[in-house]
Amino acid sequence: MSNNFRLDSGGEINRTERISFKFNGKTLFGYKGDTLASALLANGIHLVARSFKYHRPRGFLGSGSEEPNAIVQLHKDKAKTEPNIRATQIEIFQGLEARSQNCWPSVNFDISEINNFFSPILPAGFYYKTFMWPAKLWEKYEYFIRKSAGLGISPTKRDPDLYDHKYYHCEVLIIGSGPAGLTAAMIAAKSGKKVLLVDEKPEHGGSLVGANSEVTNIDNKRPKEWIQKTYSELVKIKNIKVLNRTSVAAYHNYNYLIMMQNLTDHLNENDKKNKIRQRLWKVRAKKVILATGSIERPMIFDCNDRPGIMLSSAVRKYLNHYGVKCGNSVVIFSNNDDAYETALSLHGKGIKIKAIIDIRQESQGDLVNKCISLGIKILWKHTVVKAEGHKKINAAIVMKLSNDNNSVVGNKIKITCDLLCVSGGYTPAVHLFTQSGGKLAFDEKKFYFYPYKTSLDQLSVGACAGIFNLKKIVHDTYIKVNTFLKTNIKNETVVADYKSGGFENIWLLPSNKISGKVKSFVDFQNDATANDIKLALREGFKSIEHVKRYTTTGMATDQGKIANMHALGIISDISKTKMGELGTTTFRPPFTPLTFGALVGRNVKQFFDITRETPMHYWHKDNGAKFEDVGQWKRAWYYPMNNENMYKAVQRESKAARECAGILDASTLGKIDIQGVDASEFLNRVYTNAWSKLGIGKCRYGLMLNEDGMVYDDGVTTRLGENHYIMTTTTGGAATVMSKLEDYLQTEWPELKVFLTSVTDHFATVSVCGPHSRKILEKVVKNINFEDQKFPHMSFNEGIIDNIKCRVMRISFTGELSYEINIQANYGKAVWEKCMEAGKEFNITPYGTEAMHLLRAEKGFVIVGQETDGTVTPGDLQMDWIVSKKKYDFIGKRSLYRSDTMKEGRKQMVGLLTKDPNEILEEGSQIVAEIKKSPPMVMLGHVTSSYYSPNLKKSIALAVIKNGKNLKGKKLYIPMKNKVIEVIVSDAVFWDKEGSRLNA
Amino acid sequence: MFIIKCPYCGERDHSEFSYGGEAHIVRPKQPTELSDDQWAEYLFMRKNIKGLQYERWNHAHGCRQWFNVGRDTSNDKIHFVYKMGESPPK
Repeated sequence: MSNNFRLDSGGEINRTERISFKFNGKTLFGYKGDTLASALLANGIHLVARSFKYHRPRGFLGSGSEEPNAIVQLHKDKAKTEPNIRATQIEIFQGLEARSQNCWPSVNFDISEINNFFSPILPAGFYYKTFMWPAKLWEKYEYFIRKSAGLGISPTKRDPDLYDHKYYHCEVLIIGSGPAGLTAAMIAAKSGKKVLLVDEKPEHGGSLVGANSEVTNIDNKRPKEWIQKTYSELVKIKNIKVLNRTSVAAYHNYNYLIMMQNLTDHLNENDKKNKIRQRLWKVRAKKVILATGSIERPMIFDCNDRPGIMLSSAVRKYLNHYGVKCGNSVVIFSNNDDAYETALSLHGKGIKIKAIIDIRQESQGDLVNKCISLGIKILWKHTVVKAEGHKKINAAIVMKLSNDNNSVVGNKIKITCDLLCVSGGYTPAVHLFTQSGGKLAFDEKKFYFYPYKTSLDQLSVGACAGIFNLKKIVHDTYIKVNTFLKTNIKNETVVADYKSGGFENIWLLPSNKISGKVKSFVDFQNDATANDIKLALREGFKSIEHVKRYTTTGMATDQGKIANMHALGIISDISKTKMGELGTTTFRPPFTPLTFGALVGRNVKQFFDITRETPMHYWHKDNGAKFEDVGQWKRAWYYPMNNENMYKAVQRESKAARECAGILDASTLGKIDIQGVDASEFLNRVYTNAWSKLGIGKCRYGLMLNEDGMVYDDGVTTRLGENHYIMTTTTGGAATVMSKLEDYLQTEWPELKVFLTSVTDHFATVSVCGPHSRKILEKVVKNINFEDQKFPHMSFNEGIIDNIKCRVMRISFTGELSYEINIQANYGKAVWEKCMEAGKEFNITPYGTEAMHLLRAEKGFVIVGQETDGTVTPGDLQMDWIVSKKKYDFIGKRSLYRSDTMKEGRKQMVGLLTKDPNEILEEGSQIVAEIKKSPPMVMLGHVTSSYYSPNLKKSIALAVIKNGKNLKGKKLYIPMKNKVIEVIVSDAVFWDKEGSRLNA
Repeated sequence: MFIIKCPYCGERDHSEFSYGGEAHIVRPKQPTELSDDQWAEYLFMRKNIKGLQYERWNHAHGCRQWFNVGRDTSNDKIHFVYKMGESPPK
């Protein structure tokens, strides 16, 4: 660009540090301290983006986080590229690369702009209305819609950057370091309290940063000097911490806030290296002071979205802070006195002001009078009806307003210009206040929502509380903060004051054209116009929440920071409802978008969740085991040999366990130590079967229900002594069973003397099964007589391995003769290795969870969570035998007699055999009695477990089927994608129905 | 994210606790004597109050004790905590 829009002097940029960067492939220059926006404007570039839906040319509207238009894609790298970044917030650095998004082939010539000409047929709800039918084609439509309407491109590679989390506690948190925030911080810091002051911008000073130093004056200083002085005094105080580039994303209850601090995004690549990119702060503050300022409103007229139409306050900031003029020939359009400060700033720098268009009848404000005295032309009671120009404004069409402001009268006046500053007044930034649960009220005279009620220890000061006059802000902040913090710090600040005129508001400006011919944008980012809102109201939408969703107004990445007030205003005008009664939509976190990286922090890869490993874990690893995640546990899944696949390994392991000997690591099973004089009574109440008569040294299988009668957990419990039991739970259920038992003990049965201790991690469990298991145990464990009569099935003995005591239970989950050795966890691996050594001569084979599942399925044993899903009663499992009829009560008993649990036609667990013994069913497949050509078919149930049984040499499955208990021998069907599988309902026990093997 | 004052440990972060539903629902002493409707009343029916609600909390990642909390569900303000078996403060 040959045009240089940088002023020769002024601004806070460092003119000695020249920075080169790329925009849309072109190399440009800016200075240290520039944002991407200010640097582009200095190069005369306004056109930076295409709009979401109509692909209209868009430029900068604002200068900060409120910017709706100028969102760009940063970085080329596939891992580091970042979409939808506001150019107004990016500080330039050497080597920065940015691109326009949502345009093709370029931002200058975008083919999809054709949408703009079709816009009359692309109104609100267009997609809902048009692509409803035929429903089948939606997937095809969706592809094209998503392609043409959209934002930037997501990174496709893993984020290489480092992110951090930090917890912080303070007595006073102050959000925003504008005049109100700095004043509040000074009071708080002087009081000796631990203070944290944060601002989202790189610089402090808020609205003062862009202020005209000829007009604004504090303590006889220019605004910049006052900010400098206040900041340097503040940072000298030890009890205050000041953060910049830190945006508060969320304000939760109990003064819990989430903030994101940008640490390196503004540095060049070399300085970024090995540094943390962003830090997420989780702050608990005793007291919070909101000084979040306000957001200037645009004006709503035809083509108000053209590049070169900018908020007056933004133009002022570019001029005074960055030394950039946004145009050479300016029209200002206002409804308040604040825009006159911009006029004076521009005039002071020698920039031609063609006219100020003011919708008000008059104003006697000091700034207005100053403009008049400088000879600046003011058109009172006039409005802009249209902006002309396509990729850049080139003229404003102005007309006189009628007396009632409802229409325009007289002739059109065309004023050529290359910049139109708009100022529609200020909206308090109440986003964080409402996030925290605060209630707003609407000021019908000043046309804004302000903080009204909060139940938190919280205060709003300055513009976010609806105070815009600098002198009043400082004065009011002193009074409020002194009361809030119970301090008595005197206000010695002297602020130059001037008289201000009134403010007049028209939400949707009248036009000389019929409304269908007008494109007045309300939500710039989502391309929602005033007409869209009118249409929604015509179509019967009344609630603001519905209008918002139908028109998508306020739903873009800027969350309606610019759009919301006008949308509400237009609805209020048309529906003749007061704004206060209309209410606002809900502001939700985050205030500005957060990165996933910052949210995730260090919790990636192995730190994502806790990993629990058994004491034998490294044996499994060393012996080539594949692992399966069971909750947080890593469990050996299978042990492939000689490049076996999973199927082959599991077949081999399952066969060996029945024919010779198998060994399983069962350490992950939950173990709860239960002691106390009422331990037996307690078990009676939590399990469905009876426990009082269980002899010492005996084991029993138990089923635990929820109070609703549904199976909750199962496991074997062993009576170690008169008042001492050890309960095992499923691996996944260990923690919840423990807390459920504690719950009943503490809240329902506090009279029971029972103590529970979780000992899951304290014991390692080695399970050895198979015909040779007894011989192996005899070699490994001393002090136990393993003869069948002396140590029968379902009993327990204490033994010794190398002087270390261990507990041995003879219990079986495979249906084979089987022992479980429980030993203090540290010895787990040694005992495992001893068993392997002792079992060598019997071809002992380690088997994993998959073979374990297969073996128990052959035996028809259920797995809670596989055969059950929270809707299954013991009766449904055909396990009525385990439910005591004699016991007066146990958890869930009464529910087993509810009409629903007793009704006919519930699903029951059964076995399934396939017609073709080699056909293995898919777990989860649906079962039907009658095959139809196409769905829907009446579904009877589904397959819960399915395997090829190497011991039975056929496919077996477990399933839950409606009325299954009465269907034995019946032929049913399983419709798959390309075939139908025929199955026969069978008994659920496929292997050793008599139980002779486990009693051997 | 509340701060809850465990009656045994003092003020702790919300994340240390787990919620246990409405408080003062006593498990019937003789469930078998109840009609289906009466049992359903105990099993399923909850008040779900907007306003001051008595509820159970467990200091799951702390002392593991259950206790009662009086919380205003409209603004999450906790008005009081008291131990199991105690009556709510008047």
